[in-house]
Amino acid sequence: MDNLQYLLLLFISTVLINNFVLIQFLGICPFLGVSRHVETAFSMGLAATFVMTMTAFATYFINTFILVALNLEFLRYMSFIIVIASLVQFVEMFIKKVSPVLYKALGIYLPLITTNCAIMGMALLIPMNDYNFIESIIFGFGAGVGFTLAIVLIAGLREEAQYGDVPRDLQGMPITLILAGLMALAFMGFAGLAMV
Amino acid sequence: MARYFAIFKNGLWNENPIFKLIIGLCPTLAVTNTVVNGFAMGMATGFVLISSEIVISLIKKFIPNDVRIPSFILIIVTFVTFTDYFLGAFFPEIADALALFIPLIVVNCLILGRQEAFASRNPTRRAIFDAVGMTVGFTWVLVVLSAIRELFGFGTLAGVDIFGAGYTNMIIMILPGGAFLTLGVLVGVLNLLDRKVGSDNG
Repeated sequence: MDNLQYLLLLFISTVLINNFVLIQFLGICPFLGVSRHVETAFSMGLAATFVMTMTAFATYFINTFILVALNLEFLRYMSFIIVIASLVQFVEMFIKKVSPVLYKALGIYLPLITTNCAIMGMALLIPMNDYNFIESIIFGFGAGVGFTLAIVLIAGLREEAQYGDVPRDLQGMPITLILAGLMALAFMGFAGLAMV
Repeated sequence: MARYFAIFKNGLWNENPIFKLIIGLCPTLAVTNTVVNGFAMGMATGFVLISSEIVISLIKKFIPNDVRIPSFILIIVTFVTFTDYFLGAFFPEIADALALFIPLIVVNCLILGRQEAFASRNPTRRAIFDAVGMTVGFTWVLVVLSAIRELFGFGTLAGVDIFGAGYTNMIIMILPGGAFLTLGVLVGVLNLLDRKVGSDNG
């Protein structure tokens, strides 16, 4: 029971308190680049969540049973980036075969995920925090949910901001950054929830 | 020579990675709480960018087109691993402060973007000027941003006390929210400058 409670806390902490985008600054590029419309933002979040959970799974095994076991930690960055790149490729082929509808919905967002630093950051944070297998999966999934939450919220705000009277030089990226700043301030309120 | 200087100057303003191309924003926001960190991040990214542009422009003829992106990433990740171990050995405080964002240079779109857009299509000498220009362009925005945040957040500049003991720190500048807000306003001001001043030269 204690264990279950701890895992739930870890999940909440990853999604809200240490939100990947707004508190840890990971995955800012897609956060700003693919957040014009709520639907596309949601597709991007879905694809990222899927890849993140898979990456957490794969990199945990590679790190524990190959890199640490054979004293090859200096190859960590190299092996992780290869895992992520091939995983994205694999997921793309898999989805194309199994569910063409989902493939169409995710479309060009899948390959973009390789250079999403939230995924690489998540993979690197697992060995840094010494998570075990279950914790790694929860952490990866929570990171993806947090990313989706942030990108969908900002897309909603941007859709509204289009109709606002924004000064010419603040249009586009600057106003999005300012909106994100206000959101980050709001997310800091979650800091009181719990700490893991 | 003037041609090379034009390539160099490109990175400073016209194609500035941060406020024109809008790439490489994760480290821009994350590590700019003090001037020292911002500058160190600029230098670390610059080292990786310059080294990999040199290597890739030298061997571009031997890389098959279909596997060029994975090849670029492997070259970049080699230099990133080197940078990480170098900083850890000689500048442990900086390595601690930048932490996760040193390995994340691998996935900085600025680096891969320049290889794809410039180094793989141009001779080495031009690639060096491009890389140095981009590095300076990236670093000056990081330093300006971190100077603003450090000045108001801690009342210091590169560790030197500016406002004296009576100054109340504006905590928000150090927090994540402050990073977004400061960068948003800074990019707005730079856009304004670009429109007023930049249009004169072309």
